[in-house]
Amino acid sequence: MNPVALGTIVPLMAVADGVSVSHYLVVGAILFTAGIVCMAVKRNALGVLMGIELVLNGANVNFVAFASPYLRGQGATSLGIDGQVIALFVILLAAAEAAVALAITLAFYNNHATVDVDRADDLKG
Amino acid sequence: MTGSLLVAAMNFHTLLFYLFASLACGFAVGVVVADNVVRMALYLVLSLGATAGLFFLAGAEFIGAMQLMIYVGGTLVLLVFGVMLTAQAPFVSIKTSASDRVLAGVVAASLLALLLQAAFSVEAWRRPGLGEVAPPAATPIGTALVGVRVDDPPPGTPPGVRSGYLLPFEIVSVHLLVVLVGAAYLARAKRRRTPRAIEVAASVAPPVDERRRAGGSASALTAGGVR
Repeated sequence: MNPVALGTIVPLMAVADGVSVSHYLVVGAILFTAGIVCMAVKRNALGVLMGIELVLNGANVNFVAFASPYLRGQGATSLGIDGQVIALFVILLAAAEAAVALAITLAFYNNHATVDVDRADDLKG
Repeated sequence: MTGSLLVAAMNFHTLLFYLFASLACGFAVGVVVADNVVRMALYLVLSLGATAGLFFLAGAEFIGAMQLMIYVGGTLVLLVFGVMLTAQAPFVSIKTSASDRVLAGVVAASLLALLLQAAFSVEAWRRPGLGEVAPPAATPIGTALVGVRVDDPPPGTPPGVRSGYLLPFEIVSVHLLVVLVGAAYLARAKRRRTPRAIEVAASVAPPVDERRRAGGSASALTAGGVR
């Protein structure tokens, strides 16, 4: 973690008079970054899938935080119910995406007898 | 001294937030760090469950319940089945090279710095007060999904008809149907036709006189059917 962010987090924890939307955004940012790194680094196809789930989940945390009735800003417009509905759609589409990606992984495994994404180079020109 | 002051100053909401946030972030990092795919699946389950706790704390109890039911209960079970179906010994842990890890660490640090800067630049949002209870959100979500909005519009919204979510709801439902049919088609077993169990039993059955001595009417029936 970079020193600037660490220096900002520690006073927030020391104040400790409640959570603001920034706290949720930090959690979302960490989940998102972990997902991106997981997608980029893992060689197991299922590991890449798990990275996608983490990325979608990080985005969901941001949606819910901006829609939260407890974190609504003074004068700032909250997303309200819209943010929660969008988070619901994200969850549903993530389930559909996982089903299809898992089916593709199984088909790849049946044809190539491996789940290493580095071996999926049949379409390389 | 300062520690006890800190604990006294914290309320339960803050305490639970830090608990769930550290669990979610810690297990998400665990997913990245772990090499064993089964452990990755376990860490992902725990991370998503802790995120559901965060949703509950943010007042989105319906989304939290859906997160637990659909994500943790459905998607992750699917993923664990995928792990089990493909968990041959050489693929359980595929190592990533050290240079890739270093490069990924640099990219992650810069991306995280960028995102954290954006997160802390959001200023206009206050901390929640104690004793403040928001109405449950399940009813507005349910009616919004069938096209009727019963929630209060946020301040600054121009008056007029606000759209519901009936069309996206229908699109998502048809999308789920198509996707699941397609997934079942893609994942079907494409092996050559195996002989049925009854034929296998008949082919390994003992000779006729022994079978007659055993006197099983069912086995005589199946043998006759095969012959």
